[in-house]
Amino acid sequence: MLVLVPWAVLVLVWYGVSRSGLINPGLVPTPLQVGERAWALLVHGHLARDMLWSTERVLVGVVLGTVLAVPVGFLLGWYREVRRFIDPVINFFRALPPIALIPLVIVYFGIGELAKIVILFYAAFFAAVIVMYEGIAQISPIYVRVARTLGATDGEIFRRVIVPLAVPHMLTALRVALGVAWATLVAAELLAAREGLGAVIENAATFFQLDIIYVGIISIGLIALVMDLALRAVARRMVSWQERIGS
Amino acid sequence: MSAAATRIVFDHVSVAFRTAGGLLPVVEDVSWSIANGEFVSIIGPSGCGKTTMMNMVAGFVQPTTGRVTLDGAAITGPGPERGVIFQEYGVFPWLTVEENIAFGLRLRANRAADDERRATCSRYMQLMGLNEFARSFPKTLSGGMRQRLAIARAYAVKPEFLLMDEPFGALDAQTRSQMQNLLLDVLQQEEKTVMLITHSVEEAVYLSSRIIVATARPARIREVIDVPFAYPREESLHESAAFGELRSHVRDLVMKEYAMQQRQQGAAAAGH
Ligand SMILES: Nc1ncnc2c1ncn2[C@@H]1O[C@H](COP(=O)(O)OP(=O)(O)OP(=O)(O)O)[C@@H](O)[C@H]1O
Ligand SMILES: [Mg+2]
Repeated sequence: MLVLVPWAVLVLVWYGVSRSGLINPGLVPTPLQVGERAWALLVHGHLARDMLWSTERVLVGVVLGTVLAVPVGFLLGWYREVRRFIDPVINFFRALPPIALIPLVIVYFGIGELAKIVILFYAAFFAAVIVMYEGIAQISPIYVRVARTLGATDGEIFRRVIVPLAVPHMLTALRVALGVAWATLVAAELLAAREGLGAVIENAATFFQLDIIYVGIISIGLIALVMDLALRAVARRMVSWQERIGS
Repeated sequence: MSAAATRIVFDHVSVAFRTAGGLLPVVEDVSWSIANGEFVSIIGPSGCGKTTMMNMVAGFVQPTTGRVTLDGAAITGPGPERGVIFQEYGVFPWLTVEENIAFGLRLRANRAADDERRATCSRYMQLMGLNEFARSFPKTLSGGMRQRLAIARAYAVKPEFLLMDEPFGALDAQTRSQMQNLLLDVLQQEEKTVMLITHSVEEAVYLSSRIIVATARPARIREVIDVPFAYPREESLHESAAFGELRSHVRDLVMKEYAMQQRQQGAAAAGH
């Protein structure tokens, strides 16, 4: 129950701000107004459908991005020489905000679903690949040595040592990719999307419907939070062997 | 007493590492050998090249000049007949105690049937006092228990050689003495040829059949000392006069080399 306290405080502060009169009340809808609007959109509008669209795009982008990032991260992490050449290239692309690529993506992929997936894939891949290869590069060589002295072949070392040690990094990569993908979602849905939470926010902004903007933003936050919690629960089970500070 | 067969030979071995400051000679023209069933300890100042010598036997480092051979053939890589217990234990954190011990037995090189593997695991867990922790992850073990786990894991694949790099260095005096006796017990049950690296003169004299005192870096052999005490050895050996005499002799040699190493380091620091 204690976990709810900070949320309650947040809502109270929000209430206080919207009621204080310090800011034009027209600019800050109250939590109640936002809640009512969310309910209305859920029951009579398309909020559920928009959430689904956005979630689906994020998931597809993240899954595709991570699926590619894991083997690439493995290669980069394991082969120092490869890393030396590829690292600057990866950092170059990673430094580009995905939003900056939108005009190009429109030119090459149009404004359909594919374009949005491409953007999210891009964002997820570069976030995940860095986490993955940094993680692999830090694996202590002692475990590989021990395995070799026990008679392990290269293949056995990969399967029985590297892969288990890589799992925590894979999960972290997935989490980071999810975070970045949600952050990029609104940008991706700016590509003339008619559905999705990004589109909801965009449309509401055009008509200055502040309460709907709030609904959209909070929805994104909530879904991202739920996903992260789920992933952490999975991670706790899969890597319960890890020593952690403060647990 | 018939001489046991010579197994491992260092034949005029030198090693130099390429470092930022140029070529660093670490081992210099070392020749010695280990016969079957011997317990050889190497003692010498920190950083003199002991681990490097062990790594050549383990197959991780190749000599720059000279040869290190096992039964006459040059050592080119690690193998399950040479069990290594590393200075940093290297227990696998993602496996439970039992799975750690079983690790080697699941590899193609020494795959054992399920029931045989289970029997081996429980035998060594019993021996090392790890029974209650069979299903625990290493993060819940103490340093001494991790050390015993590393030994159990190395033993499980039945190596002919045990290469131990300061295996008890991180343990408190009581645990250390327990571990020494345990090692002697186990060796009494399963004959093995042992190469032990240690900083403790007491430990070297108590455990070994032969002690090699290495010089300050680059490591050369200062003296080879045969330890005359018969196995099995008992705690009371520590108290005997002959033990005390040998201990002071070895200590004198070792102290001189440690002092030499310090002087070298001092000179190197002043030169920079
Ligand atoms: N791969 C390497 N590359 C460069 N230098 C190395 C390498 N391995 C060891 N050295 C250097 O060789 C010297 C001897 O190292 P080694 O690990 O053999 O010492 P040691 O006798 O085991 O010391 P300690 O008692 O502290 O464990 C050290 O100065 C070390 O820095
Ligand atoms: Mg060492």
